[in-house]
Amino acid sequence: MSTMKTLYEYGGDEFIFVQLSEEMSLESNFTGMAITRKLKERQIDGILDICPSNASYMIRFNPDIVDPAALMDELKEMERTTDPFDVTISSRLVDVPVLFEDPWTHEALMRFRDRHQDPEATDLQYSARINGYDNTEDFIAAITSAPFLVSMIGFVPGLPWCFQMVQREKQIEVPKYVRPRTFTPERAFGFGGAFSVIYPVQGAGGYQLYGIAPAPIYQKEQTLPDFKDSMVFPQQGDIFRYRSINRDEYDDIRKQVENGTFTYQKKDFTFTPKEVLADLETFSENVMRRLYHD
Amino acid sequence: MIKVIKAGLQTTVQDRGRIGFYEIGMPPSGAMDQYSYTVANLLVGNAPHAAALEITYLGPELEFGSDTRISLTGGYLPPKINGQAVPMWETLEVKAGDVLSFDFVKSGARVYLAVEGGIDVPVIMNSRSTYTLIGIGGFQGRPLAAGDIVHTADMKEKDVPVGSKIADTDIPVFSKSHEIRVIVGLCSYRLTDESKATFLHTEWTVTPEANRIGYRHRGERLQFVEREQPFGAGSNPSNVTDLGYPIGSIQVPDGVEPIVLLHDAVTGGGYATIATVISTDLNRMGQIKTNDKVRFVAVSLEEALQARRETQAKLSRIAASL
Repeated sequence: MSTMKTLYEYGGDEFIFVQLSEEMSLESNFTGMAITRKLKERQIDGILDICPSNASYMIRFNPDIVDPAALMDELKEMERTTDPFDVTISSRLVDVPVLFEDPWTHEALMRFRDRHQDPEATDLQYSARINGYDNTEDFIAAITSAPFLVSMIGFVPGLPWCFQMVQREKQIEVPKYVRPRTFTPERAFGFGGAFSVIYPVQGAGGYQLYGIAPAPIYQKEQTLPDFKDSMVFPQQGDIFRYRSINRDEYDDIRKQVENGTFTYQKKDFTFTPKEVLADLETFSENVMRRLYHD
Repeated sequence: MIKVIKAGLQTTVQDRGRIGFYEIGMPPSGAMDQYSYTVANLLVGNAPHAAALEITYLGPELEFGSDTRISLTGGYLPPKINGQAVPMWETLEVKAGDVLSFDFVKSGARVYLAVEGGIDVPVIMNSRSTYTLIGIGGFQGRPLAAGDIVHTADMKEKDVPVGSKIADTDIPVFSKSHEIRVIVGLCSYRLTDESKATFLHTEWTVTPEANRIGYRHRGERLQFVEREQPFGAGSNPSNVTDLGYPIGSIQVPDGVEPIVLLHDAVTGGGYATIATVISTDLNRMGQIKTNDKVRFVAVSLEEALQARRETQAKLSRIAASL
């Protein structure tokens, strides 16, 4: 763990930024989740945004209504009095299909080989190698065998940063591109640092590209049932399981999306960080059982 | 109803912003210069959150479909009605068929056009502001284009007589060099002490990358404190574990070219943020142009709040006078 203690900072006169640790860990994310969820429940007048992030969180407030120093004191007090690992987190388990090594992200990554660490390999081959896997199949198996915690939403609407719920030594870590691409297909599945993401919309990007999701995570038109209440599907605290699919299933899901019938396979789920941290492997098994068999 | 004859460089519908959706990655959007936008609404008697048009660098040509009152505030793009110069910061009258056009920008970067009743576009997530990156809000999620017909809403609260104006001292002056007040902090611990000083002493030049997403500045290279990068942060010394970016926050990817993130910015990412522009000076930021000079001046939270109160007092005084 980092030796630096929690950092409380003003971001201008409307934001407070709280860095729980410099490094990413499930512990830091759970701590931020516990504090921000508690803060939401309090419904303090003058708080405009509560934005939990990976190993930090951010508050936007109206200083005409709430005194910034008093608010910061309250956040410090909450950190002191909250046992972040003993809170019950309501979450959703979600099956997220991914077509690995698909033609669209392959085309995109080949276009930008000159911006990559290893122009001779694909992003998947390169990432498998530097993480000590013999082949891409084993690497894909590592991604799909344990669930990911949606640890932060942002960058653009709906983009989920996902952190795999495995021991540190099993965690995949990859660099971002040397220079970012100017193009990434919509719904591309990528990895950067210790995080996987799905790109909600087409655009620039610097994460390693491994595949594509057939289902959207952001839908402006809100015609699909999962998007009835929000243009954005993922929520911080969700647990995603990436499932490797073949081209037939990909095409089938695309059809369901296009005719408006697609819904994610998902289950409501509650957990305490304590039980997760105590035994990640058992937790992972429970997630799979609940999602697919209960 | 307003007919767009020429669109200008980028003319969008904006209001106070889409506030409260940071958590899902939605930036607030809204008028870049909230002071000028607010005065524009006051001059035509609109509700404070009525939508206006934000006009950037190069003005549009607009034809009014009915008699109405309008106001123009912000940077100085000399406005004309039917080819005749008209004043800014004043309640104006237009007749059906009148055409509003603009000369080349003399100072500032953005003009706000308020029309009696406000601009009528659908409210998306509590706001009429345009967010072009994903195409939501405003007029069909995009800047206005020639041939568009824009309708006006019913958000007038008060009758403001034609010819009403505000005190000269309340009209901001925009030169080509700017002092922008910031609160240093966030992840500024990542910069070396020398680079923290360099950041504040350098006269920065605004690059062509200066838009509603952010402003990039050229000047000195900044150095980060050497360290072994923490788990989850990227490999570049300017990287941190991905975190939230406040509006007005300043980041320096790879130590080159500080970027001030503005109303349409990405809401988070993996670059160390080192300071934040105070809310009052975001208005001025929105009036800065490419090649202008910028100096960042460190202030305390108390000074930032004082500046905020002064701006609010000024706006209350203007509201009371009209």
